[in-house]
Amino acid sequence: MWNYEKRLQYPVNITRPNAQIAQVIMSQYGGPDGEMGASMRYLSQRFAMPNRQAMGMLTDIGTEELAHLEIVATIVTQLTRDLTPEELKKYGFDKYYVDHTVGIWPQAAGGIPFNACEFQSKGDPITDLFEDMAAEQKARTTYDNILRLVTDPEVADPIRFLRAREIVHFQRFGETLRILQEQLNSKNFYAFNPSYDAPVKCNCDNNCR
Amino acid sequence: MRNMCQFSKEQLMLIIYQHSFAVDDIVLYLDSHPDDGQALEYFREHNHIRNQALKEYARRFGPLTIETANDTASQSWQWIQTKWPWEGGAC
Repeated sequence: MWNYEKRLQYPVNITRPNAQIAQVIMSQYGGPDGEMGASMRYLSQRFAMPNRQAMGMLTDIGTEELAHLEIVATIVTQLTRDLTPEELKKYGFDKYYVDHTVGIWPQAAGGIPFNACEFQSKGDPITDLFEDMAAEQKARTTYDNILRLVTDPEVADPIRFLRAREIVHFQRFGETLRILQEQLNSKNFYAFNPSYDAPVKCNCDNNCR
Repeated sequence: MRNMCQFSKEQLMLIIYQHSFAVDDIVLYLDSHPDDGQALEYFREHNHIRNQALKEYARRFGPLTIETANDTASQSWQWIQTKWPWEGGAC
């Protein structure tokens, strides 16, 4: 169950609209390594995790990603405020504008719509946690790329916060993977799916964490 | 509402389910009827019971929300020690 908190996780206050940079940042909403994919990835994967720590990590990081989705949407909204159709055209935003006006819709910077193939949920915790660590790095790279394009400090500030969170999540997923690997059955040399083929030594039933 | 201490785990959970849903539902109504005094009173009543029950549940059986994660008697982080909903926890 979720409850909403009526604030952003990190404040966004952009006073100078720029639809060109909005089009680029939009990728972190519904692009290949965006926050929509991130939140759905973790909130879907957690059901196949074999210990409560991993379940908790995916629940809590997945929840934080929903807050990041809101931050990115706020940035895009504030960057496209009060612009005339002529200005939107000048900024190259006319192709988005024709279908969505300046509403929020999940697509990559290049216009490719979001779909569930942006994330994987394999039902194998080892596979999924490696995926998650890679996903955090890909999102961090994307934020680095965005920061090279952004010149307005009001935009760069919340983007830097989001970038830093990718690094923290990468660390936490690394720890989750290590904890899980330590619990693997000693005969499971090749780390086959511990949720399906070779159960972990310590699982929820015997409650030894 | 009577003292929450007297309720069993199952009874507390039922109270949380019922009063939380009452809150979820009246919130939608209040969004479109923000000046309805009766609805506001309904919200206050159920939200109060919900918060009390969540606090008591956290104290005795582990937290269901981060807000009540500090109400437990345990020295360690209880959040990850009790069952998650899909394991059959909290039902």
